[in-house]
Order: sequence, then structure tokens, then C-alpha cells
Amino acid sequence: MNKSPKKYDIVIIGGGPAGLSAGIYAARARLSSLLIERGAVGGQIINAEWVENYPGFNESISGIDLTEAMHQQATKFGLETLVAEVTGIDIKGRQKVVRTSQGDFTAKAIIIAGGSERQKLGVPGEAEFTGKGVSYCATCDGPFFRGRAVAVVGGGNAAITEALELTRFASRITVIHRRDELRAAKILQEKAFAEKKIEFLWDSVLEEIVGDAFVNRVRVSNVKTKKKTVLDVSGVFMAVGFKPNTGYLKDIVKLDDIGTIITNEKMETGVPGIFAAGDIRSNSIRQVIAAAGDGAVAAIGAEKYITG
Amino acid sequence: MSKPVEIEEAKFNEAVLQAETPVLVDFWAPWCGPCRMVAPVVEELAEEYEGRFSFVKVNVDGNPKIASQYGIMSIPTLIVFKAGQPVDTIIGFRPKDELKKSLEAAL
Repeated sequence: MNKSPKKYDIVIIGGGPAGLSAGIYAARARLSSLLIERGAVGGQIINAEWVENYPGFNESISGIDLTEAMHQQATKFGLETLVAEVTGIDIKGRQKVVRTSQGDFTAKAIIIAGGSERQKLGVPGEAEFTGKGVSYCATCDGPFFRGRAVAVVGGGNAAITEALELTRFASRITVIHRRDELRAAKILQEKAFAEKKIEFLWDSVLEEIVGDAFVNRVRVSNVKTKKKTVLDVSGVFMAVGFKPNTGYLKDIVKLDDIGTIITNEKMETGVPGIFAAGDIRSNSIRQVIAAAGDGAVAAIGAEKYITG
Repeated sequence: MSKPVEIEEAKFNEAVLQAETPVLVDFWAPWCGPCRMVAPVVEELAEEYEGRFSFVKVNVDGNPKIASQYGIMSIPTLIVFKAGQPVDTIIGFRPKDELKKSLEAAL
């Protein structure tokens, strides 16, 4: 690895909509800008087959196409992209060093837009059967469950979107939700309630995933009646929330009790020159449009910080 | 510059099972977002391990027999083959360092 780290004005960590939007604004401000992403750009929204709520796309667009367009736009203005895993941040006065699997980079300002990943539920059988019936991406794995019965665990936007996507493949979809109502957007609820293939197990929690080589059933418990039931399914799609990618940030910025980064309305973390944007932020509404907005605010803030 | 090679089912025997070096097979599909996350990491590994390891991609959409033969129910799935046998299976996105450990173990 190089001994003298490469210098940038702004280093952006994470290549989802927040990071890409920040990249567009930073590059257009003619600041030397590096975006570090551990895989391909796009973030969580690449799991969405269709994005129907991002303004300007009346015909809806896939999450992959939307974020690829954002990346091309940012690259056109001069944003550099590096595939690497960020392992830490060191702060030496105004200079900051971002440590990665591909070496160190110094930055005058850092925008943390590392997003989140699917939360594991932590029930018996979940780890064992991951890839053998347990899935965290209906868009990816739905086609493997043609004509089979599956369960979806969760009641938010991700869970109901996945249940709806699965209607194209599965014979029956049972949504297992711990409350007696959904948190998903009303339009998604309406679609799900109208769909004959989707049924709901309310007030219910998944207790165990059972199978041989592959999943063949799940044990479910009703939280109110305590009644236990067994459901024959070949697939279990987990959509029980998200975990922020802030493991390496504990001692650097202030996190809330679920590990997301606390910021003010300027996306400032409280550490001068370090901003956060998108789903990684405390109380984020977890929408592409909000993440893109956060990214713009953070980049403009970073520009002001750098140019003083 | 070594790149992962996209193959069809008919070539699997030759390209994977009878390969002289260990092989990493990346099972993917165009509709799968996380598969796109994995692709650049696999490409980097293909360069780093040139000559010591082969890298093959199988699109499960056009090659369902191979996918079902290896019990694939989730993509991306990466399987490391050594002397025609699967020796390690990695499901979903994993950081490059973790993938390297799987490769090193098969060398």
C-alpha cells in the first residue's frame, strides 16, 4: 500500500442515492471528490424492481437503472469511484484520513452515506437455511419459488413490496407480522389486500425455520393468544428492518440507540467536517428522494466547510 | 488482465469440473441487484488470482439445470470448486477480504 495517502477535498463513503447525490453536488462545486463503495454503486434500492415514488419517472424505473443513471451523472461531472471497504476514520485536526482495504485517503471533509443492510431476525434455522429457502431479497430469489408457498416476515414497505413481487412466482404468500396493522404505505396495503394470493397472519412472530436440505415449514406464535401454528412453506423472505453500517464509527460520531448517526438539519454530525446523509442517519425516512436530498445538503455543507 | 468468463450449462463440465485450477463460480441473474454488487469484487479477484484460479459466471436465468443441481435458491451465490468438487459456498454479498480467505483455502 502507498505510504503517502492520496488527497481529496471530499471523500464520500457509500454509493447509494445519498452518496451519489452528494457526489454530483461535490463534483459540480469543482471539489476533488472520491466515492468509496464496497461493491457496485446503488445501495439498498437496487433490490427494488420498480421505484414508483421518485419524482420525474412516471413510468417507474428499476432501482438499478435509477442509481446507474445517478452514477453516470456524477462521473460526468468528475466524481471518482473506488471499490473498497472502509475500515476506519482518523481525525488529525482539520485533516481526516479514511482507512480502506485499498489504502488510506485524506480528506478535508467526509460525507458518510454508508446506508444500512437487512436486519437478521435471529431465529433458529435462519442462518442455517440462508440460501436454502431463507432470503433477504425477493427480487433476486422470487423466481426460485415458482408455484411454491412462501412466507414474508414484516409489515413495512419492504415486506409488502416483496409480498407483491412474489405474487408473480409463488402460489401463496403468507405475511407474518407482529402487529395487527401494517406500517407500509397505504397504496401498497391496498394492493396487498386486493391480492388473492396474499394472506396475513396478524399479531404473529416467526419462532423457528425448519427443513431438511431446504426449508419446508416455519413455526409461528401468536403474541396475543400464545397459540402456536405450523406453516408449510418452501421460502421465508425476511423484511424485518435494517441495520445501519456504522460498526466502525462508534468512537468517531455520535450514534443513537439503534446505531444510526445523529445529525442536525445541515447533516452535520457534530465533528467538524464530517457529515452524514441517507439511511445511515438517525430518523431517516428511508426513501430514495430523502437520501438524495440529504446528499445534496451534506455536499453543500461540506463545500462551505472547506472553502470557509 | 484476466476477466471472469460467462459460460452456458453445456460448458460447465469442461470449464469448472475438469479445470486444472480451482474455480470460483458466480451464479447471478440480470434482475438481481446484489449480484451487481458482487461483480466488481469478483472482477478484481480475477485479476489478482490470474493463473492460480479460474473465474466463471453462470446466469441462472438461462441455465436453470446447473443452478438447481447445486441447490441454488438465492443469488448471488459463489461456489468454490476444487478438482470438480464444491468446497465452499458463499451466499450474498461478502467483502473482498472474506472472499479471499475462501480462495486461499482452496489453493
